[in-house]
Amino acid sequence: MRYIEPHAHMVSRVTDDYDRMVLAGCEAVCEPAFWAGYDRSSVAGFYDYFSQLTDYEPKRAAKHGIKHFSWLGLNSKEAEDVKLAEEVVALIPQFLDRPNVLGIGEIGLNKNSRNELRVLEMQVDLAARHQQLILVHTPHLEDKLKGTRLILDVLKNDRRILPERVIIDHVEEHTVAMVLDTGMWAGMTLYPETKCTPARAIDMLETYGRERLWLNSACDWGRSDPLAVPKTAVAMKRRGHLAEVVDEVVFQNPGRFLRQCLKFRL
Amino acid sequence: MNQQSLLDLYFLEARHQLVEVAAFLDRLERTGETADFRAQAFAEAVKILGSPGKNKAREVLLAFSDPTTEPIAAATTKAACGAWPGQAEG
Repeated sequence: MRYIEPHAHMVSRVTDDYDRMVLAGCEAVCEPAFWAGYDRSSVAGFYDYFSQLTDYEPKRAAKHGIKHFSWLGLNSKEAEDVKLAEEVVALIPQFLDRPNVLGIGEIGLNKNSRNELRVLEMQVDLAARHQQLILVHTPHLEDKLKGTRLILDVLKNDRRILPERVIIDHVEEHTVAMVLDTGMWAGMTLYPETKCTPARAIDMLETYGRERLWLNSACDWGRSDPLAVPKTAVAMKRRGHLAEVVDEVVFQNPGRFLRQCLKFRL
Repeated sequence: MNQQSLLDLYFLEARHQLVEVAAFLDRLERTGETADFRAQAFAEAVKILGSPGKNKAREVLLAFSDPTTEPIAAATTKAACGAWPGQAEG
């Protein structure tokens, strides 16, 4: 089996995880910028983090035979501070030409506040001005439905944004259809407790088709599993899906979206 | 996959999860309390399981969701709790 892990926070994972992912068939890992578990005190913290994502982490992954790509942005959990967000948005362009940067992400909403929305609009504008792909985080649990609607409104209202160049991540049964109806891609995140289980992800693939859906583990420092994608591939086979179909979902689909950035080459 | 194959694959796991839900409801019941919005939301969501209709997972998720459409004034917390507390608390 071969697969692409299109959303993983490897800076939070131990090196053993790279070994296990290689053994499971991982050929590339894509790492969106995210919340560190605490609020950074200044823009300098983001400079260091973006340097880690674009310099140190690709080298660490390469030692295990995995290509590492990254997305840059200000996560929505730190978006309440608009002044800091403006400084971070101003910082990002100097990193966009780095060889492993795929686009702007993960951006989005967390609690669906006015400031979060304003910062999302700033980052969508940044992506549009620099012709970048966009990876969007949708809120957790009770906030997901409303947040997904607000996010889709922002993206649809910006005429410069092409829907096929946007992936809306962490969809579940109550948001997947509204995302796919816009022409955007949808990501299903496989978590032990929240978001989506392998069985439910397969249900959605069978219900909504495979054309613009991908799977990811979004593994980080919380309860998560860096092998969630290959485990779901095994579950697909157990459900009777052919190897070609599994390959389409776990390898070809993320590749098709990500190759819209010319830097994504395996 | 036909029904028998699906049952062979998932029945024991789903049975286990259903018993866990039942035991959780028993535990809540023993407290004698009913005021918490999460318990109320859970009770409403459980009703969906026994109702007719094809999209039960979607309907359960909707039952826990914030149905409003306007952004809130400011985020005062980072975490979600799993159920919408209602307009006053939200």
